[in-house]
Amino acid sequence: MLDFVQQVIGGIALGCVYGLIALGFVLIYKATEVVNFAQGEIMMLGAFLSFTFIATLGLNYWFAFLLCVISMAILGAVMERLVVRPILGYPQFSIVMATIGLGLVIRSLVGIIWGTDDLRIETPFTGGVVRVGSLVLAQDSLSIIVATGLLCVILYAFFRFTRVGIAMQATSQNMLAAYYMGIPVKRMFSLIWSLSAIVACCAGILLAPITFIHANLGFLGIKAFPAAVLGGFGSIPGALAGGITIGIVESLSGFYLPEGFKDVAAYVVLLAVLLWRPQGLFGSNALKKV
Amino acid sequence: MSAQPILRLANIESCYGPITAIRGISLDLMQGQIVAVLGANGAGKTSILKTISGVLDPLKGTIEFEGRKIQSMEPDKVVRLGISHVPEGREMFPFLSVRDNLRMGAFIRNDQKEIAADIEKMFNYFPVLRERQDQVAGQLSGGQQQMLAISRALMSRPKVLLLDEPSLGLSPLLVKEIFAIIRRLNAEEGVSILLVEQNARMALDTAHYGYVLEVGRVVMHDTCANLVKSDQVREFYLGLHGQGDHGKRR
Ligand SMILES: Nc1ncnc2c1ncn2[C@@H]1O[C@H](COP(=O)(O)OP(=O)(O)O)[C@@H](O)[C@H]1O
Ligand SMILES: [Mg+2]
Repeated sequence: MLDFVQQVIGGIALGCVYGLIALGFVLIYKATEVVNFAQGEIMMLGAFLSFTFIATLGLNYWFAFLLCVISMAILGAVMERLVVRPILGYPQFSIVMATIGLGLVIRSLVGIIWGTDDLRIETPFTGGVVRVGSLVLAQDSLSIIVATGLLCVILYAFFRFTRVGIAMQATSQNMLAAYYMGIPVKRMFSLIWSLSAIVACCAGILLAPITFIHANLGFLGIKAFPAAVLGGFGSIPGALAGGITIGIVESLSGFYLPEGFKDVAAYVVLLAVLLWRPQGLFGSNALKKV
Repeated sequence: MSAQPILRLANIESCYGPITAIRGISLDLMQGQIVAVLGANGAGKTSILKTISGVLDPLKGTIEFEGRKIQSMEPDKVVRLGISHVPEGREMFPFLSVRDNLRMGAFIRNDQKEIAADIEKMFNYFPVLRERQDQVAGQLSGGQQQMLAISRALMSRPKVLLLDEPSLGLSPLLVKEIFAIIRRLNAEEGVSILLVEQNARMALDTAHYGYVLEVGRVVMHDTCANLVKSDQVREFYLGLHGQGDHGKRR
């Protein structure tokens, strides 16, 4: 039983990371109907930046975190401006290919800049544990869960209460009307990319202490993608629920099932859920109204 | 009524790829007036408004607003200058509340207190919106959505309001109500209005001056009082024949 609880909590922590990457997919998709396949690589870039700031430059963890977030916000907007905006309006397929290309470019740049060795960072939580009765939980894992919760509250408040947040929703619900209201639609697109890069970056920094930072970290995006689909692709709570579901299933199947099951677990869950609910866990049946 | 055009289109030509939608339109909107643009479906009415808003860039011609050239300007700049658009089909933000739709209408403004006061003002024009303020716009009826679309456009405090077929899909009673408000807005707020309509009867009753559009060209323009007397307008747009007073609306 103790093992089980421990595995579930570990799964939730990993699932939060999937969920945050999935959230990045969903944010961009809802606003611009573009699926950004570079999301995993953007997360990886965040992790590498944190390595530079924390391990190489020796900055304070929290300060470094902030620096990473700011850098990634800028980089997100730059990527939108350079890669997506010039081809907006072309067939969906071209844009998808462009984001896949962007992912490849980031992966090779990371290899060139940081090399191909496994890197690690230390955080204020490294090695720390929390004991609840006979349960021993790693602070690193708990920090991911707590930080994800906080991030969600911040995002919710941003979209619900701020003028720019509501304008982003408005733009994604009806772009033409957004133009008519004087909302600078193109700037909203850059902002969405920034926001989604921030979320991915947080995922990367949170993940870094429990895994190695490596040029293949971006492949996690491929696991986060089913999380987004599972959640209904377009639902923000859905992305998180999808991520956590996959995280738990993966963790449990890694522990209880023979080698190999862990890696396909995400897809098995995805297929099973889609057979039962084709619109995803949180997706609505209604077609998008515009 | 001072005779100062607040908005002037000269030889505007716009197209969608290979399809030319309007071919050399010239049109004046006088300060404080309501000007109607009449025309059948596909005549190019919506395209004129889209070109003014900056959503559609003209190939040729100029648009002057308060003496300033605004053709091909970004749509958000046009709104900031004081032109607001009530689009055809209402174009709600369907999953935002009525109140948030109104807030988005005031996106270009920063004066929170004044915005709240203006929202109250809209609720006084359209009391049903006050009752529904927390519902999402997608749940409103067609008439309520039209009221919201007009209120939302007014939230930017425009000098010129572009109205695209406000009567579309509404019951005759609601159409009367909406047009009464349009007249009130013009009289009380002094907002100049460019009104696009297929419902020629209502438009001619409401506007001061009218333009008749056929396949992208202005074929006639005159005061509404004169247009109602013209045989062509009576026959094709009002569905009246000869001098008979009773006729059916198209
Ligand atoms: N999005 C579009 N793409 C291509 N052609 C269009 C588009 N919108 C309108 N048109 C064409 O432009 C012409 C004028 O249309 P429009 O301005 O919508 O007329 P109206 O508002 O008077 O009904 C029509 O021939 C129409 O087919
Ligand atoms: Mg039209």
